Amino acid sequence: MSPPLVVLERLRKTYGSGSAAVEALRGVDLTVEEGEFVAVMGPSGSGKSTAMNILGCLDTPSGGDYIFRGVRVSSLSRDERALLRRRYLGFVFQGFNLLARTSALENVELPLLYRGETRAAREMRARAALDAVGLSGRETHTPSELSGGQQQRVAIARAVVTAPAVLLADEPTGNLDTKTSHEIMELLTSLNRDRGITVVMVTHDANVAAWARRTVRFVDGLVESDVRKEAACS
Amino acid sequence: MLLNALLVAVRAIRRNLLRSFLTILGIVIGVSAVIVMVTLGNGATKAVGDQISSLGSNLILVRPGQRMEPGRDSAGAKSFELSDADALRGQLTSLRAVAPVASRVARAVYGSETWSTNVAGTTNDYFTAGGWSLAAGRTFSDAEALSGRAVCVLGETVRKKLFGGTIPIGSEIRLKGFGCEVIGLLAAKGQGAMGMDQDDTVVMPIRTVQRRITGSTAVGSFVVSVREASAVARAKDDITALLRERRHIDEGEDDDFMVLDTKQIANTLSGTISLMTGLLGAVAAVSLLVGGIGIMNIMLVSVTERTREIGTRLAIGALEREVLLQFLIEAVVLSSFGGVVGIVLATAASWALAGLLGLPFSVDVTITAVAFLFSAAIGVLFGLVPARRAARLDPIEALRRE
Repeated sequence: MSPPLVVLERLRKTYGSGSAAVEALRGVDLTVEEGEFVAVMGPSGSGKSTAMNILGCLDTPSGGDYIFRGVRVSSLSRDERALLRRRYLGFVFQGFNLLARTSALENVELPLLYRGETRAAREMRARAALDAVGLSGRETHTPSELSGGQQQRVAIARAVVTAPAVLLADEPTGNLDTKTSHEIMELLTSLNRDRGITVVMVTHDANVAAWARRTVRFVDGLVESDVRKEAACS
Repeated sequence: MLLNALLVAVRAIRRNLLRSFLTILGIVIGVSAVIVMVTLGNGATKAVGDQISSLGSNLILVRPGQRMEPGRDSAGAKSFELSDADALRGQLTSLRAVAPVASRVARAVYGSETWSTNVAGTTNDYFTAGGWSLAAGRTFSDAEALSGRAVCVLGETVRKKLFGGTIPIGSEIRLKGFGCEVIGLLAAKGQGAMGMDQDDTVVMPIRTVQRRITGSTAVGSFVVSVREASAVARAKDDITALLRERRHIDEGEDDDFMVLDTKQIANTLSGTISLMTGLLGAVAAVSLLVGGIGIMNIMLVSVTERTREIGTRLAIGALEREVLLQFLIEAVVLSSFGGVVGIVLATAASWALAGLLGLPFSVDVTITAVAFLFSAAIGVLFGLVPARRAARLDPIEALRRE
């Protein structure tokens, strides 16, 4: 059996030092298998964002271990973590973070550019990714010409165009209305179900979390509860 | 990786066309200023050289005083006498013409027209030595030269200013209060070395000028023409020896006059122009430096403004050195593009200005290449700091920034 996708062992993260030190994570144990759809919830300051940053290899833990597909991330250099992100991770942000004045196609091509794909491959895959999120025909639109939901779709296309192992979504519906949120969640769910992309999503909206098959709740830098939906078919 | 970084950088520049344009403006102006200065300076140098060599290699100029240098003039040195010219002509057979010259700026009046011009008092040898030909009329007769009659030969510019379209032979112009009959007209020679108008002159017998205009028997200089170009060096030695003897200069003392051939005159003038060119070029180089600082300024602003973009790129998996390279390439592309635009503008401007100033125009490949490389180097130099700042950003901090 393949190792779990993500293993967090007694993960700790301390900001600052001495008396001013703040413990954001105080020994988190968490395992995510390939193909899961996990919602991470918790009040602000609970450590869920810190945990996401570490999961996204953007930050390093102060203690404990983060093992990604059997690789100890804690011991990787900054460049090695960047390469890991490039190869295995996709990011979706609350604020979309698309490049302004840049067409949807070029935005989606961006990660492929860093992977050194050829021009033809870049364009083909970017078009396919835009098509998969339901935006074919909008390739030349710039973010300012797209609605919030459409912008988030472009961002999702950019995250999955590299066929990542994990999609890390930080409040993906935070800036969207209910109806659009619904559409985005349907999109994430289908990506998870049809393509087997593991999704880890931070949210504080229980309705959004309800789409996930597993909900992990953080409180005070620890995992307070970890609930799986029984109805899941896999 | 380099090609991709280039593509990323070009896309980033394209997203901010106006700002990119404003950024390179400093470089454009700096590069054009440098090139225009140097090109025009070179043109002027070449023009002086051409002009002077067109006088022929067998021309010698004798002036009182010591070496002709910026900051030194002939003031204070004993001037020549008319008898010196007679002695030179009589004793040195290698000389074809020896023209003593006494000149002064004076106002010429005809009817209601006045024109301030250079009045040269000399002999007929002046026309021979200077390569002047007559467009109309005649030169001085022996009697006129000897007695200092008030007759004159006009340069084309003076004729045009005073008489317009008519041929003025036989008319009388007034110079410093005395009337002077026009007996001849010089064929136009056009602009001379240093851009002065050679045709802006009135030539009179030297005795007339001495008596009526300068009021002394002093002779300002000699224009000497040597029969054989190969004998110039020899003739210079002979002239020097003869004049030392006539001016009672003891052995071991320095000459108090100079004997210059055309090559030396050209070199002296070119040296002066080169110095000017260098100075102006240096001023222009400062503006190029300011342009570079402008690039750094804009790139720093750009890094701050694009913090979230940089964070996104880092999250997507851009390496530190890829972000560094992107911003560095952006700076270099901007500055070298500014360099190219500057070169094109400068070439056009130099061409236009050279035409206007009557200077020869040629593209100096060296200075063009140097200007381009320099502008690219400015991009590297001033792009490095902002690029490093961008590359060192913490992705989490960068993504959080609004």
